[in-house]
Amino acid sequence: MRLSGREVGCVRGGRKVFSGLNFEAASGEALAVVGPNGSGKTSLLRLIAGLLVPARGSITLEGGEAELTLAEQSHYLGHRDALKPALSVSENLNFWRDFLGGERSDPAESLATVELDHASHLPAAFLSAGQRRRLSIARLLTLRRPLWLLDEPTNALDTAGQRMFVGLMGDHLSRGGLIVAATHMPLGIAARTLRVGDAS
Amino acid sequence: MTALLALIRRDIRIALRVGGGALIGVLFFLTVVVLMPFAMGPDLALLARLGPAILWLGALLASLLTLDRLFTADHDDGALDLITMSRTPLELSCAAKALAHWLAAGLPLVIATPILGLLLNLDAGATAAVALTLLAGTPALTFTGMIGAALAVTLHRGGLLLAVLVLPLSIPVLIFGVAASEAAIAGPSSFGAPFSILCALSLFGLVVGPLAAAASLRQGLD
Amino acid sequence: MTLIDLANPTRFLALTARALPWLVATTAILLAIGLYQSAMAPDDYQQGATVKIMFIHVPNAWLSMFVWAVMSLAALGTLVWRHPLADVAAKAAAPIGAAFTFLALVTGSLWGRPMWGTYWEWDARLTSVLILFLMYLGLIALWRAVEDPSRAARAAAVLTLVGALNLPIIKFSVDWWNTLHQPASVMRMGGPTLDRAFLIPLLVMALAFSLLFITLHLAAMRNEILRRRVRAMQMIQAQAGKPQA
Repeated sequence: MRLSGREVGCVRGGRKVFSGLNFEAASGEALAVVGPNGSGKTSLLRLIAGLLVPARGSITLEGGEAELTLAEQSHYLGHRDALKPALSVSENLNFWRDFLGGERSDPAESLATVELDHASHLPAAFLSAGQRRRLSIARLLTLRRPLWLLDEPTNALDTAGQRMFVGLMGDHLSRGGLIVAATHMPLGIAARTLRVGDAS
Repeated sequence: MTALLALIRRDIRIALRVGGGALIGVLFFLTVVVLMPFAMGPDLALLARLGPAILWLGALLASLLTLDRLFTADHDDGALDLITMSRTPLELSCAAKALAHWLAAGLPLVIATPILGLLLNLDAGATAAVALTLLAGTPALTFTGMIGAALAVTLHRGGLLLAVLVLPLSIPVLIFGVAASEAAIAGPSSFGAPFSILCALSLFGLVVGPLAAAASLRQGLD
Repeated sequence: MTLIDLANPTRFLALTARALPWLVATTAILLAIGLYQSAMAPDDYQQGATVKIMFIHVPNAWLSMFVWAVMSLAALGTLVWRHPLADVAAKAAAPIGAAFTFLALVTGSLWGRPMWGTYWEWDARLTSVLILFLMYLGLIALWRAVEDPSRAARAAAVLTLVGALNLPIIKFSVDWWNTLHQPASVMRMGGPTLDRAFLIPLLVMALAFSLLFITLHLAAMRNEILRRRVRAMQMIQAQAGKPQA
């Protein structure tokens, strides 16, 4: 499986964010997107996720399932956690498992991995910021999708949580997955660096 | 199908748990109807004659009021991004959300109609006629309203803008809804013709609403 | 929540646990007596047996206003003295008040059916009660709309007091509106001077319903306190990482 971007350009609100961006990642590889604030790291992730339309160029995933789009084979972990405070932790997770589609695994197991199994019956409103992030991470584990798009994934996680997540990313890569992560800090796994925004 | 059922179940659950979201619509409906006699006077004959119109206006405003939240909550917490990325077509997801919204907010209005009919001195037959037309017509209100809700989300404005966008679109529903109820109560024109058109409007909305809403959500992604 | 805050509700729970069985028993006995006396009361020479609806209707109507007064006191307790039990009392009273108001409306319209020929007449008194009912429902919606109970308490307290100030104005305007449109109401409670045969059962029923309110209110307050404790414990549990032993 190979993710590649050719001459990708992004325009937002009439402003050119970046242009002529080339990148490539194969199965088992991680791409760390770095750059100053406002350089378009999040925009690049949203372009790959299909949530923005590139102004120029193209992004493709070769060797995936032919009838699925790039977005349908990706997990997006953004700044906003897509959790409903009124629903319980397991209701939140089960909804995304049922709704998003893909190869499933046991949600209880994913909750145990992110150390939220004790809270599965509690409303998500009672979770702290770090716990909400852990719950979002559990979504990536409950549904198998080859491409992970992570926007500052370790935000709000404590050191134990960061260590846990580094392990999970390693597992994902070793199973042949791909990771594109926008980050300010070292990811903690071997990753190629993709610099955006400082060329011009 | 599991995906759509999961979405419907989730939305209904949230509507029932969060601050009685659905019930506030009914309360608003009740309040609007109770206000009418204060403006028009407590003449029961007059109220009975205007009853269907009052109930339809109240239901229209109440369903508009609750529509505001159809997409905003999912947009604000990022769930809309994931819904867009899912393997379920966005059009179907929109239709499922609208259906869930109707079940949680539209159907209670229909169920509340008999009590309000009592306040407006409508007899049992008239109340049943209005409830039936609301049952057939409120889906059209929800489905056309969702277009406005989708536009309002992408423009980052809700509330009054939504009302201004949606109210003109709902005029046909109002016309045939009231016409069908009055035909059933007073005659002599037939009930069937306007009622069929009302059903047709709902079916038309079921097709056009999700398509337009999905298109405007896609356009407005950022 | 500190220990001092909990001290008061804890004593409240212990006290009410002992008082409630007695209250329930007294309420049941009084209600039984009142209902028996109401059934035995003579028929009215004009209204016939329907006059007996009065024995249920009047206590409910009186409580519908009394409960709002109780909530207003509790609202003062919340806003002025910040008493920890005040907002619990206010929250617990709202649904009970709404239920009494609803019963007053239903019994009123059942009474009105033989009098007016319709279930509903925009009679000044009934209309005022209907508006009161709407205000109860609005208040309950407000309580439910805000997740954090102490923030909801202050908002609800303000609304309750505004409502208490507004109720006389509403009552006055509805009376004025009604007399503007139609002559004096058809409904009269069997004349201004009630016969002793009606008065005694009515007083017993009023007392029984007041006790019923106190019983329900205390029980609802206990539930609310326990519900808040469950919530607090759940929050602690969510943060703790592992279930508390």
